[in-house]
Amino acid sequence: MKKKLGIMLKGLIAENPVLVLVLGTCPTLAVSTSIVSAISMGLAATIVLICSNIVISLLRKIIPDTVRIPCYIVVIAAFVTAVQMLLQAFLPSVYEMLGVYLALIVVNCIILGRAEMYARKNTVVDSALDGLGMGIGFLLALLAMAAIREVFGTGMISLAALNMGEIEIPVLCNYNIPLLVQAPGGFLVYGILIAVVNAIGPKKGAEKRKNFSCEGCPSASLCGKVSCAENAELVSAAEESTLVSNEQKEREDK
Amino acid sequence: MEIKTLIYILLTGIFVNNYVLQKFLGICPFLGVSKKFDQASGMGIAVTFVMLCATAVTWPIQTYVLDAMGLGYLQTIVFILVIAALVQFVEIVLKKFIPALHQSLGVYLPLITTNCAVLGVAINNITDGFNFVESMFSSLGVGLGFLLAMVLFAGVRSRIENCPSPKAIQGLPVTLIAASIVSLAFFGFAGVIENMLGI
Repeated sequence: MKKKLGIMLKGLIAENPVLVLVLGTCPTLAVSTSIVSAISMGLAATIVLICSNIVISLLRKIIPDTVRIPCYIVVIAAFVTAVQMLLQAFLPSVYEMLGVYLALIVVNCIILGRAEMYARKNTVVDSALDGLGMGIGFLLALLAMAAIREVFGTGMISLAALNMGEIEIPVLCNYNIPLLVQAPGGFLVYGILIAVVNAIGPKKGAEKRKNFSCEGCPSASLCGKVSCAENAELVSAAEESTLVSNEQKEREDK
Repeated sequence: MEIKTLIYILLTGIFVNNYVLQKFLGICPFLGVSKKFDQASGMGIAVTFVMLCATAVTWPIQTYVLDAMGLGYLQTIVFILVIAALVQFVEIVLKKFIPALHQSLGVYLPLITTNCAVLGVAINNITDGFNFVESMFSSLGVGLGFLLAMVLFAGVRSRIENCPSPKAIQGLPVTLIAASIVSLAFFGFAGVIENMLGI
């Protein structure tokens, strides 16, 4: 029981997908301009993540290794489409607010990353719990970003998408920093949050942070499971060595 | 008028609506592959190329297959599969017929399969109601904007790497803060294009 709880809890803090593993940066930056959109994005991604983890874990012995990435993408895209249709039908204002980013859950690194790193090697229950933990971790990180950006950026919490008006925050509504809700504010707040986690967080994840999380990136399996930067370095090193050997050949020919 | 619109779409994609710096699409390669100038430009060119191919394929599929048959809700699933297949196909074709180009772009192609900027531009072209030519120009603009952001940021980053910084912000945090400043610089382009073309 305790072990099962551990699987779920590690997604919240120790292996937080956004702040420690640095996966799914695009939606984190894009939808964290308001608390309502952050929560709805977090919930949508959590639902997709749990469902896809369950299905992929169920199919883990059936899906051939060579074509697993396209298979995962189909499973994930099917669930994303389902969530899109549900939101469009029941919460059209939220659907409008999330816009293209809802469809882009398909290429969210967290979901494909968890399928690749966890669901294809573990049992259904463990995978579902992992999905739940990672999803909530994603939601909490989004919420933290959105809380900082919306409260300090606009001085109020807008609930317009839920038809509930807005909550004004005393003092801050007169002295807000509009930049924070704009694009540069997203990068800035994210950078500072990661720095805070770096400074106070567990030291175990330090290695993972350095590598820009490419190991969780869906493309990692295609590019040989080394981090993008490392891969690029390997490639350039290989290129250099071929250049050198070519030069040597030329010299020998002469 | 037609040409003016096309130029407007192109320049907006490059400067105003820069996908990386203003819309947060394609952040993973932006942070991962922008360490060196060569790699950044290689990745940027590969993304531009794939975006153009993807739009050339997805736009007709949306218009003549999905919309015509009332299957609009399958957009997400069809687009991602088409793009994934297309990237593999392009790689195989390049390898067979233009090995020189494959050698320079090939390593970046698999990384682009699930790049959200590519899927994003394909979907945005449909939601913005562009026709085929406009879509192609929009993709070209977005791709060039991606290239510009990558190249600019590679320069910024090579400077940062040599600067001493507090331990907590080393690595990703300082990179993100630098990205924030580069993104701020792109704010200066807002409204410039409209004035320039008199739209």
